[in-house]
Amino acid sequence: MAAIYSLYIINKSGGLIFYKDYGLAGRMDTNDSLRLASLWHSMHAISQQLSPISGCSGIELLEADTFDLHCFQSLTGTKFFVVSEPGTQHMEHLLKHIYELYTDYVLKNPFYEMEMPIRCELFDINLSQAIQKDRVAYLGR
Amino acid sequence: MAPVVPRSGDAIFANVERVNSELFTLTYGAIVRQLLTDLEEVEEVNKQLDQMGYNIGIRLIDEFLAKSNVTRCVDFRETAEVIAKVGFKMFLGVTASVTNWDAEGTCCSLILDDNPLVDFVELPDTCQGLYYCNILSGVVRGALEMVSMKTEITWIRDMLRGDDAFELQVKLLKQVPEEYPYKDDE
Repeated sequence: MAAIYSLYIINKSGGLIFYKDYGLAGRMDTNDSLRLASLWHSMHAISQQLSPISGCSGIELLEADTFDLHCFQSLTGTKFFVVSEPGTQHMEHLLKHIYELYTDYVLKNPFYEMEMPIRCELFDINLSQAIQKDRVAYLGR
Repeated sequence: MAPVVPRSGDAIFANVERVNSELFTLTYGAIVRQLLTDLEEVEEVNKQLDQMGYNIGIRLIDEFLAKSNVTRCVDFRETAEVIAKVGFKMFLGVTASVTNWDAEGTCCSLILDDNPLVDFVELPDTCQGLYYCNILSGVVRGALEMVSMKTEITWIRDMLRGDDAFELQVKLLKQVPEEYPYKDDE
């Protein structure tokens, strides 16, 4: 049973650069995924303005009935967020790990253009391994 | 989850994969020589090195942030310290010192006593005016730009030109936080 439903990576302008679906519902239509990403980007930005405390860095967790959304934003503005089963633990840790995979296999690829959609095979392979490990860890509990 | 503690430059340097420093020095030397052959003008080479450094810096910053777990710096003083102690250590294996702060705290110097790029290098007379390590100024500029700081970086002292150390002046021009187009209609 997958604990993670999907993973999104958004560049600093709000454009979707990576989307991977792990759930049973099947992959979302491309246009819908783009729309969802820019919607999240906007909501994240608005939340920083709405916060009663200054220096807020935006939404980190959104809890709904049927899913949780965990979001990590790097200091460079790139956002990584996963939609997961409610109550899934250690998603921040996974997101940090995915950030490290991004810095290694995407940014260090000289042919990857900054801010563009990610099409790096090594990133896909290592990401799958990371997610698999995480799933195994979850099932083991 | 326990808060993640920023790691020291030494700790990260010990954990990343390292390369033979001579290979690094030789590769960089080959790049500079090739640029000189291709571009002929020393000023052009300086510009290219800076541009190359910039392209490296914009990518390097995310790796730096991911591996070092630094939190947002409170002020530019902290930024300079982090660059000198953690950044340089992590990527070059040497630490720099931060000195010569101006009154507003927006301009400082990073002093490098040891610089792996220039091992075995001597500048010939035909290359006077070349900033051999100009890639470093580009790297710092590119990296800081991705975290919303526009800077101007210049070499004050250069050991290849006869000075006693490498001194890089880092001047913060302005902070440019991400602008979101959500202003109310006025």
